[in-house]
Amino acid sequence: MIAVENISKNFGVTKAVQDISFKVEKGDVLGFLGPNGAGKSTTMRILTCYISADSGTASVAGFNIHENPVEVRRKIGYLPENNPLYMDMGLLEYVKFIAQMRNIPKAAVRSRVEQVIGMCGLESELSKDVGELSKGFRQRLGLAQALVHDPEVLILDEPTIGLDPHQIIEIRNLIKAIGREKTIILSSHILPEVSATCDRVLIINKGKLVGSGTPQELASMSHGGQVIMAGIRGPQQEVLAGLKGIDKLTDIKHLGEADGIHRFELRSDSVEELSEEVFFMVARSGWSLTELYRKSINLEDVFLDLTTREAQ
Amino acid sequence: MKNIINIFWKEFKGYFSSPVAYIFIISFLVVTTWLYSRTFFLANQASLRGFFGLLPWVFLFLAPAITMRSWAEEKKLGTIEILMTLPVKEWEIVIGKFLACFVFLVLTLCLTCPLPITVMLLGNPDLGPIWGGYAGAFLLGGAYLAIGLFASSLTENQIVAFIVAIIICFAFLIIGETFVLMNVPQALVPVFSYLGLGSHFQSIGRGVIDSRDLLYYLSVIGFFLYLNQVSVESRKWK
Ligand SMILES: Nc1ncnc2c1ncn2[C@@H]1O[C@H](COP(=O)(O)OP(=O)(O)OP(=O)(O)O)[C@@H](O)[C@H]1O
Ligand SMILES: [Mg+2]
Repeated sequence: MIAVENISKNFGVTKAVQDISFKVEKGDVLGFLGPNGAGKSTTMRILTCYISADSGTASVAGFNIHENPVEVRRKIGYLPENNPLYMDMGLLEYVKFIAQMRNIPKAAVRSRVEQVIGMCGLESELSKDVGELSKGFRQRLGLAQALVHDPEVLILDEPTIGLDPHQIIEIRNLIKAIGREKTIILSSHILPEVSATCDRVLIINKGKLVGSGTPQELASMSHGGQVIMAGIRGPQQEVLAGLKGIDKLTDIKHLGEADGIHRFELRSDSVEELSEEVFFMVARSGWSLTELYRKSINLEDVFLDLTTREAQ
Repeated sequence: MKNIINIFWKEFKGYFSSPVAYIFIISFLVVTTWLYSRTFFLANQASLRGFFGLLPWVFLFLAPAITMRSWAEEKKLGTIEILMTLPVKEWEIVIGKFLACFVFLVLTLCLTCPLPITVMLLGNPDLGPIWGGYAGAFLLGGAYLAIGLFASSLTENQIVAFIVAIIICFAFLIIGETFVLMNVPQALVPVFSYLGLGSHFQSIGRGVIDSRDLLYYLSVIGFFLYLNQVSVESRKWK
């Protein structure tokens, strides 16, 4: 549905996007994840033909962004960053304007507008001007505006930013519901957000693609290793020495002590099971083990890992 | 075409969504009527020459005031990103915006019709210069508006847009004036006098619409609308 090939974009000396390529299949929800200034919005603006890439190309629903920008835009519903809106228009007037500009036949405008207003839960606000809406309702209006022509592709730049947790869940559910039939790209800094809504995640940092995969794949690729949590009762220095005696542990972190139990976070680059070695070492020394488990790595770690590794 | 009409309505309704439009219209009417009637009774002549003579100077402020918001506000609110990702061509939006401010100006000018009516009641004026004066005013106003729209597309600050528009319009207005022509090299005099916005206005105002004057105004309008489109499109390549 969307194919991006080697796009790059510079703003003066800032390399906003560097040689990014990816594909999105029909019906997929793709998340862009990355810290501030990573190039997420820039990539989205290139796809919606708001700005042009310096090099590389992309196609959306079969239309090339350089050759057929108007067709590309026709296929896309877009919620730009910061959700810009015409503040002095009425809510209905605004959605109708977009519907007309989106070439919805005159006879169908009314019913279509009512439909998206219902979908986005805006019925209670109909009489208000856009400028009078609360932030959450503005965000819904931004979504309604993007959905009004029933686009095949939705591009949403930080759709839930600044909403309260309740609203975030509602908007996420809305996106999930829409995502069953549509191809969606959304961006976020918030990890639970992408793992909750996306089938696939691209991690972008400083304009480059630093990782991609399903949320689960990314989690497992992060260190290529493991993290073990251990609680050991025994004399601190000797326990530490004992742990250091296990070759494959690359990093040993003492997390603290309570009631004579020392807690450690142990990292290893190897994929071999290390819990056993820890167990035997403790048993041989005559200490006791109060806890021992493999920590599952979450997206948060992957994100920090991938984006800081790049920076080093 | 449909896109142009939709943009036109959005922009045109936008003028009336705030009291600013009414303030423009009323101050325009008050200022012109006042300035004109001061000379009208002095001259004791049933003609509108004085009125049309004022227009290039009053429009110098009215037209930029009408256009200053057009692009600057879109840039400031960020709505330009909504507008420019709709399935329309840049030039359609430019034309739609131009038509909206042009119709607004025409409407404002039509509200001055009590003046010719009064003059006709009081005396027996020559109708040619009156029609010509209005035709010239529409064309001159159109040229000012095209310049103003272009200025508005350069910035996100309305005040800057207003001032830049006045400066460009003023420059185009005075280059055809005699005191400028006296100070430029002889070879350039025909060029300057042709380019001046005011000289064409005066010749149309005599009541004969020459195709050269018409062509002149349409070219100025076309040229600045084209610059406007280029300026809007340049965002893509920055
Ligand atoms: N119009 C512009 N002019 C100059 N530099 C720009 C422009 N737009 C973006 N940049 C730069 O390009 C880089 C990428 O910006 P972009 O907005 O794409 O980041 P982002 O990933 O969306 O960040 P955020 O999460 O903060 O929204 C940044 O360094 C930014 O300063
Ligand atoms: Mg962004």
